Amino acid sequence: MNFEFSEDQQMLRDMARKFLSEQCPMPRVRQVFEGEQHHDAELWNAIAEMGWLGTAVEERFGGVGMGYLELCVIAEEMGRHMAPVPFSSSVYLAIEGIKSAGSDEQKSRLLPQLTSGEVIGALAVSEGVGPVDASDVLSLKDGKLSGTKWPVLDGESADILLVLAREDAGQSLFIVETKSDGLTKSSLASLDPSRSQSRFDFDNVSAERLGAPGAGSHLIERLYDRAAVLFAFEQLGSAQVTLEIGVEHAKNRYAFGRPIGSFQAIKNKLADMFVLTELARSNCYYGAWALSNDAPELGVAAANARVSATQTAYQCVKESLQIHGGMGFTWEANCHLYYRRAKLLSLAIGGERVWKNKLIDRLQVERNSTSKDESDRAAA
Amino acid sequence: MDFEDTPEEARFRKEVREWLRQNKPQDWRSRFNDYVQDIEVCKAWQKKKADAGWSCMMWPKEFGCRGATPLEQIIWNQEEGDIAELSTPFIIGHGMAGQTIITHGTESQKKRFLPPLISGEEVWCQLFSEPSAGSDLAGLRTKAVRDGDEWVVTGQKIWTSLAHIADFGILVTRTDTSVPKHRGLTYFILDMKSPGVEVRPIKQASGASDFNEVFLTDVRIPDSNRLDEVGRGWQVAMTTLMNERLSVGAAFPTNVEDILDLANQVHLETGLAVDDAAVRSDIADWYVKASGLKYGGFRTLSALSRGQAPGPEASITKLVLGTGRQDLANFAMDLMDQAGIVSDGDLAPLGGDFQKIFMRSIGNRLEGGTDEILRNIIAERVLGLPQDIRVDKDVAFSEIPTGTA
Repeated sequence: MNFEFSEDQQMLRDMARKFLSEQCPMPRVRQVFEGEQHHDAELWNAIAEMGWLGTAVEERFGGVGMGYLELCVIAEEMGRHMAPVPFSSSVYLAIEGIKSAGSDEQKSRLLPQLTSGEVIGALAVSEGVGPVDASDVLSLKDGKLSGTKWPVLDGESADILLVLAREDAGQSLFIVETKSDGLTKSSLASLDPSRSQSRFDFDNVSAERLGAPGAGSHLIERLYDRAAVLFAFEQLGSAQVTLEIGVEHAKNRYAFGRPIGSFQAIKNKLADMFVLTELARSNCYYGAWALSNDAPELGVAAANARVSATQTAYQCVKESLQIHGGMGFTWEANCHLYYRRAKLLSLAIGGERVWKNKLIDRLQVERNSTSKDESDRAAA
Repeated sequence: MDFEDTPEEARFRKEVREWLRQNKPQDWRSRFNDYVQDIEVCKAWQKKKADAGWSCMMWPKEFGCRGATPLEQIIWNQEEGDIAELSTPFIIGHGMAGQTIITHGTESQKKRFLPPLISGEEVWCQLFSEPSAGSDLAGLRTKAVRDGDEWVVTGQKIWTSLAHIADFGILVTRTDTSVPKHRGLTYFILDMKSPGVEVRPIKQASGASDFNEVFLTDVRIPDSNRLDEVGRGWQVAMTTLMNERLSVGAAFPTNVEDILDLANQVHLETGLAVDDAAVRSDIADWYVKASGLKYGGFRTLSALSRGQAPGPEASITKLVLGTGRQDLANFAMDLMDQAGIVSDGDLAPLGGDFQKIFMRSIGNRLEGGTDEILRNIIAERVLGLPQDIRVDKDVAFSEIPTGTA
């Protein structure tokens, strides 16, 4: 039994944690959160130099040729440190989308630009309130895209977008440069301005096809499954750090003549947060295993990790805020930054409700195929 | 990251399988109804295992055991399968009493008690909890007074599994009421056949009787059956309880398949239950917790496989399963609507399992450490939070106030 990250992977985690502690302390996050820049460009360049953007990209496409387990390790640290950079958009979505759907030519052209960090990618699927469906998808006519996408996470930083659009063949994916003629970008106010959100209005915009016509929804589903594991690791990092700062505060804050952490009301909260975090960690590890092995279990494993991490990140940051008392509700305290980021992570690529539905759908498929196997055996 | 055995683990698994293939009685089910009536069937299998060194296999070789690693023990458990049911009568002896005797016993105590404990010839029970001392175990009142080479014990113990078939019990008593509660305790080995020992079954809220009360009236225990020094009973009891927490835990199923089965059987106003949004949401909530436990188990095995000590996993498992299964049963019965109240195994879905869990889980949240105690353990020992203020800590036991309940 070897259901744990290897020593090399744990060394990578230690290194990533040290690097981000130095390069991405909370004041640095706050600079982006309160400032005018859309992401921390200096941090982005440093991360690119470390090779992290190409962690799971082959060397011939500009990556470092490690794998998904290493990317999971880095994702947890990105979540832990609330890195104000478009890592998830460019790496889990744009790079992964091009890896899975792109032609060799597209991969050779685009992946080196993305892994070096000089080009930033984002995914444009959502078209407003509620989940996207076939009836309201931006459409392709005469080779040009028209319609609207919002919100697009990291849209203000993005150079290219992967866009889901409707055409006669069904839903398809396209690559669009954000500087294209006919494309208008507007920045959206959001709860977590340390990561930008944009609206894009398309008016006859030229687009490059990614993957086969009509393959869009399938590609997005597969892309979301892989991204769900990576997002879950970011959420896990976020849950872990809010648990830790809650424990620290409970040890150091005195009330009624003793540390508040000696009161059972506080202890019980923290114990429950710890339990949830451990369960989520185990679920994330299973997701990592399925992702790195491209296992048939990935569908269930990804939804399972995603739901578990989403619930855990919310519970931990919510109760950590409560433990911090009135101080936690001030602008100066960092608690609300974690609260905002946790919500951002839980909604990108679809919220808890959506992933719960995917989980049950996939369990039903598993179940029906098992009972079919059994009846086949009985018939034989 | 993988789920494979290391070469050593695979070799060990092969050895276990081979032995079980040659020695496991194929017809044990037909000869076994329950462990009271068929205790001899249990003892025969236990003896066979012990003779080949598979009983208490993690204990040192000097006791005829293997000095096996925790992971080897788990491999054995996985391979042994459902015949492990026959080991129920030996749970206290192997899980708690034995390790306590190894740690605190004299040479002659080890020599006398360990061999028949390991082989299953003698059955053990645990006499700790009392009607007024559960979570606050150190507040126990069963009194032991020294009389020459003997002790005279009077009091009442409760929640004692196996007491009605046990040969010996591990017993904590109060020997000094003039010192603070943790310092006035002494630990004994009690011969359950002694005069003055009376065992009565408890009828639980669920209607079943899995436990007993044990009344002790002027029971005489030779001083040679005292474990460790007078007044060190609390330290000895801690050894026992640490082992209890290691052995409790994975004992209950998560029933996640059962709830999916049920949701695929029941038709609601809106169609099949599993297609109902609210039902799906509730099932998903439990599924992710159950999966977290399952994969947490794999993480524990990996840690053991690397030679690391087990962490707080047993506490986590028990905490999640106790309240989780209670809520799951509550939810499952709600799905059955008005018929949910019917526990008749011929009529209720899944043979009435959820109705049984609904009642039994009350106790699951209490036995072997209540939810509240487990949370305190996690908070204090894992997260390092300070202890609560204990008003009875430095007070003589005789001065501690008592309530009316």
